[in-house]
Amino acid sequence: MLRDITLGQYYPVDSVIHRLDPRTKLAGTFVFLVSLFVTKSIYGYVLATVFLAAVIMMSRVPVKFITKGLKAIVVLLIISVSFNIFLTEGTPIFTLGPLKATWEGLQTAGFMGIRLIYLVVGSSILTLTTTPNQLTGGLEKSMGFLRKIKVPVHEIAMMMSIALRFIPILVEETDKIMKAQTARGADFETGGLVKKAKAMIPLLVPLFISAFRRASDLAMAMEARCYHGGAGRTKMKPLKYHKRDFIAYVILLLYLAAMIVIKK
Amino acid sequence: MIEARNLTHIYNEGTAMESCAFTDISFTINKGEFIGLIGHTGSGKSTLIQHLNGLMRPTAGTVYFEGEDIFADKYDLRALRGKVGMVFQYPEYQLFDETVLLDVMFGPLNMGLSKDEARERALSALRLSGLSEDKFESSPFELSGGQKRRAAIAGVLSMEPEVLILDEPAAGLDPGGRNEILELVANLRKERNITIILVSHSMDDVAKYADRIMVLNKGRLAFFDEPRAVFSHVEELEEMGLAAPQMTYLAQKLNKAGISVDPAISTVEEAKAEILKAFNVK
Repeated sequence: MLRDITLGQYYPVDSVIHRLDPRTKLAGTFVFLVSLFVTKSIYGYVLATVFLAAVIMMSRVPVKFITKGLKAIVVLLIISVSFNIFLTEGTPIFTLGPLKATWEGLQTAGFMGIRLIYLVVGSSILTLTTTPNQLTGGLEKSMGFLRKIKVPVHEIAMMMSIALRFIPILVEETDKIMKAQTARGADFETGGLVKKAKAMIPLLVPLFISAFRRASDLAMAMEARCYHGGAGRTKMKPLKYHKRDFIAYVILLLYLAAMIVIKK
Repeated sequence: MIEARNLTHIYNEGTAMESCAFTDISFTINKGEFIGLIGHTGSGKSTLIQHLNGLMRPTAGTVYFEGEDIFADKYDLRALRGKVGMVFQYPEYQLFDETVLLDVMFGPLNMGLSKDEARERALSALRLSGLSEDKFESSPFELSGGQKRRAAIAGVLSMEPEVLILDEPAAGLDPGGRNEILELVANLRKERNITIILVSHSMDDVAKYADRIMVLNKGRLAFFDEPRAVFSHVEELEEMGLAAPQMTYLAQKLNKAGISVDPAISTVEEAKAEILKAFNVK
């Protein structure tokens, strides 16, 4: 029932992109996202498209799998695109009652749409090619400087990786409880909003209880293995930059420079 | 009463993650029978039973309940779920209401019964489950593990099903609790003539209670026969990663040691009778 969530999902194949250091990929994603907002010219978007297509090809993740993540933002996309079309001042194309579509609006809406789609695709490439553990490891390391101003970087990273790890478990648990209640005649599908919301109680109460139980079990297990936070903790596989990472950084810098040059 | 015809279930069909749960399974279960379903982890037991009350749809084949195809378009699956009750593994994780009694009333209320009728049924199911009366009004989360399990089983019993499917009802309980739950299940059949399908991987439990045993192996129905007949295939069972009941092994050893007993015995009672006979004690 709930197998369609691609956000935060890892696609296990071996590729150059998969093998990159998570910090490189984080920086790459960041640069890509920034570049989308820097550019206002059509050439900038062409370059971004080429860059994105090249990365997708190198990552060997099927395009079908990547676009699946876009389903989640369809509503958001439609709303923001139509707002832009109708609410921007300029040369009118046609009017729809009190609404007036403009050429300028259409243009901004187009760019806006592309930006949104690229944002989602760009960040799903990151999660599709990086395991949650690598990702938080990379975040922890690259944000390490924040520790100087007393930000508990390690703790936040640990919480993130636990949260990510728990998503599939909770999805499975939801599925199980849903089935058990359906077997007792519960109906999650029909009825109005109020009835549907009420029908969620037999699902949510056990789900919360089970989440708390799992959390306390996990805390116990971590304490039993002497976990006490970040200080003095070493890694089994410390992150190390390789030659490919330096090459990736160079490409990234060139890409960003090009984007800035043709921004207009 | 329940008939499965050429059931096949394939997970994630048509994707890279395609995997087959079971293929081409057919069987008939009669009214009032006690069926034991065993199989190694991953043999498809849990998936199979979820087809019997329409929680999962088969990829091919179908299930008939009292002669009607339950996957036909107009078939009322919700009504079926009242007739074919299902107790999942660790059923205590489905408890949610303020009191045990209210929780047990959830099923009957979903069936469209009035509050009073639902209450009647819930009370009778709770008494049958062996939970002590003073717990009926307490929160289900204050009960002990074994008590929660009873309350959850009562939650299915209150729908007064004609068939009851239990997935490892004794899992995670201590030996005393195990026996009590299994005795409860055996009693249900005696007192209410409910057809029982018990999923387990303990051969000893199944041997003690079941009329017929269904063995699943790698998604196929390996055996479906009376316990004696199934346990005569000790070697095949072991190849499937299962074991015969301990008493069957005892009988084998006794025979090897020159004391002749029936090699297909499976329960302690049978073993006792056979051994006494072998030593000519009356």
